Amino acid sequence: MTDDKPTAGAGAAPEGVTSGDDTGAGTDNASAASVAGPALHPGDDLDGNPKAATAEEVAPRAVPDNEILRGLAEAFEEAEWTISAGQDVVRVPAEQFAEFGLAAREAGFEVCVDVTAVDWYRKRRTRFDVVANLLSHQHVLRLRVVTAVGGDEPTVPSLTPIWPGAGFAEREAYDMFGIVFDGHPDLTRILMPDDWVGFPLRKDFAVGSVPVQFKDSHKVT
Amino acid sequence: MSDTTTEEELETVDMWVSGTEEPEPRDWGIASTDEGAQKMHLIESESRMREQTGTVVHDDFVHEEGSEDERMLLNMGPQHPSTHGVLRLQIELDGEIVRRTRPIIGYLHTGMEKTAEVLTFHQGPTNVTRMDYLAPFHNELCFSLAVERLLGIEVPERAQVMRILLTELNRISSHLVAMATNGLDIGAVSMMIYGFREREQILAFFEKTTGLRMNHNFIRPGGLAADLPPGWRQDVREILDTLPGRIAEYDDLLRNNPIWLERTKGVGVISADECRAYAITGPTLRAAGVPWDLRRAFPYSGIETYEFDVPVGENGDVYDRYRLRIEEILQSMKIVEQAMERMPKGDYRIDDRKITPPPRARIDESMEALIHHFKIFTEGFTVPAGETYVAVESPRGELGCYLVSEGGGKPWRMHTRAPSFANLQALPIMMADSLVADTVATIASLDPVMGDVDR
Repeated sequence: MTDDKPTAGAGAAPEGVTSGDDTGAGTDNASAASVAGPALHPGDDLDGNPKAATAEEVAPRAVPDNEILRGLAEAFEEAEWTISAGQDVVRVPAEQFAEFGLAAREAGFEVCVDVTAVDWYRKRRTRFDVVANLLSHQHVLRLRVVTAVGGDEPTVPSLTPIWPGAGFAEREAYDMFGIVFDGHPDLTRILMPDDWVGFPLRKDFAVGSVPVQFKDSHKVT
Repeated sequence: MSDTTTEEELETVDMWVSGTEEPEPRDWGIASTDEGAQKMHLIESESRMREQTGTVVHDDFVHEEGSEDERMLLNMGPQHPSTHGVLRLQIELDGEIVRRTRPIIGYLHTGMEKTAEVLTFHQGPTNVTRMDYLAPFHNELCFSLAVERLLGIEVPERAQVMRILLTELNRISSHLVAMATNGLDIGAVSMMIYGFREREQILAFFEKTTGLRMNHNFIRPGGLAADLPPGWRQDVREILDTLPGRIAEYDDLLRNNPIWLERTKGVGVISADECRAYAITGPTLRAAGVPWDLRRAFPYSGIETYEFDVPVGENGDVYDRYRLRIEEILQSMKIVEQAMERMPKGDYRIDDRKITPPPRARIDESMEALIHHFKIFTEGFTVPAGETYVAVESPRGELGCYLVSEGGGKPWRMHTRAPSFANLQALPIMMADSLVADTVATIASLDPVMGDVDR
């Protein structure tokens, strides 16, 4: 399969999977909605107590403390820098995802440890967060790059042309969430069977709804 | 691409397309990273980087009529004994030389990340411990550390030392299996028997401590499930006393064995830059000469206070990875020794009834204790909203846990960064232009655990 794009069978999200998506036209304002993440259904905890205070010390900072990160912050003015449980996190607009990655690699982040996604179904206006964990051996530094994407076919630029090691992780994120990584050389399902319908780690993919073969087997013959 | 690459080219560079179409002769066994059939892309560096010609090897590969193309496709696995589980490889062969490889995984996928979303934080370790079944303690530790970071708690001193003791013993047992299977795959069958014999001693200690040989569910958020059993010092002492002699025996068996050397030296080579680009971690990375160990770089559970060295290889071949594992076993024994000496008295879990259950004896006496016990085992405890990524150095590399909480009793998202999963990306690189007979040696030296790969 030399095509970059996923095949229609694997790539097309079934109608039912995305119908509950809250991402409507006009509300898809990534930079405004993503950080605060207005909860559409703020959930109380099981005791009925009000929601616990956030441990995530989300203190938006104009400039990160670290010298290397500061260089990145100057280059990308739209990026929002926060510290989450003591770790550096940056939010970039989806279209700058790969661009930021390239700059980060040149700034010394030689390893892209992991790429994954989070489904904020009915929690946030922009449904998915794509999360890349970067690591710098020379500076002994970690950085988490987050970008918000929504829509029926959430698409972000691929990091694989920058770090080939992101290839498997992006295939997994595509397989599990249906995130399309634009520019990935071989975006196919990796863990699920090729003919699987739906994306299992999405919140609207029910647990245990798969028909098991032996249940109907007595009807055959 | 030896000339420098401009930034524009880097962005538009046609990935995965290089080399092996036009095979060049190679000196087998000699620094195969220097000159190969493959070209370098991507990173401006002194050393060359190899990439595979399109990761895609087709099932339906057919020769054109009358062509002189003699390539053939070999499907290895998923039921092949030396693939260490259910790894499947599609190998494109040109005579006896491997040109391209495509690892196909997912045969053991059980949706553990989805399962984690319906289990409470308290039940979480029992799920993650089944991922990397050769290093269950590392999985539990990683998950527990992530939960603890979101909770903002610190476990007692004794719990930390116990965690180090157990994970380092686990590293020894895991490396013993790696060496055993590596030996078996290359034909040194006695190595397999020896490796499993010594591992058994450690597993017996684990069984005595946790009740299970594997899948312990022993390290939990807030500390550990129970204290060490009576007589644990003696057991650990016995392990530490037995192992050095035995390891010297293995080394005798393998290092002085010309067949072993022939089959491992210069085989499955990967360079440091390739490792970085492909996110390869653990012994494979260190064997390529990068002194990178998360226990040093981002210490956890007080590991920075122990004395140990980080062994590093030179050539990044199968032999170096084998040597490195032996050295790591010796270093882990040093850590276990120190942990045993300094084992402080005190609680083995945090004294917070909202997170850890009360002692069993209190339940009969105290209504409060009964309620706490009931709450923890039915609905678990709530974790404040937030997200974090915690990584530990598992025997296979960087084992990370990306945990997102929405403030409830269950994780909103739990993602495991599995070292074996990422390390499999090294296979096409290591095996490119090598002999097909070296395939099993290469896979074994990578030590993938399919439970970890597929999750």
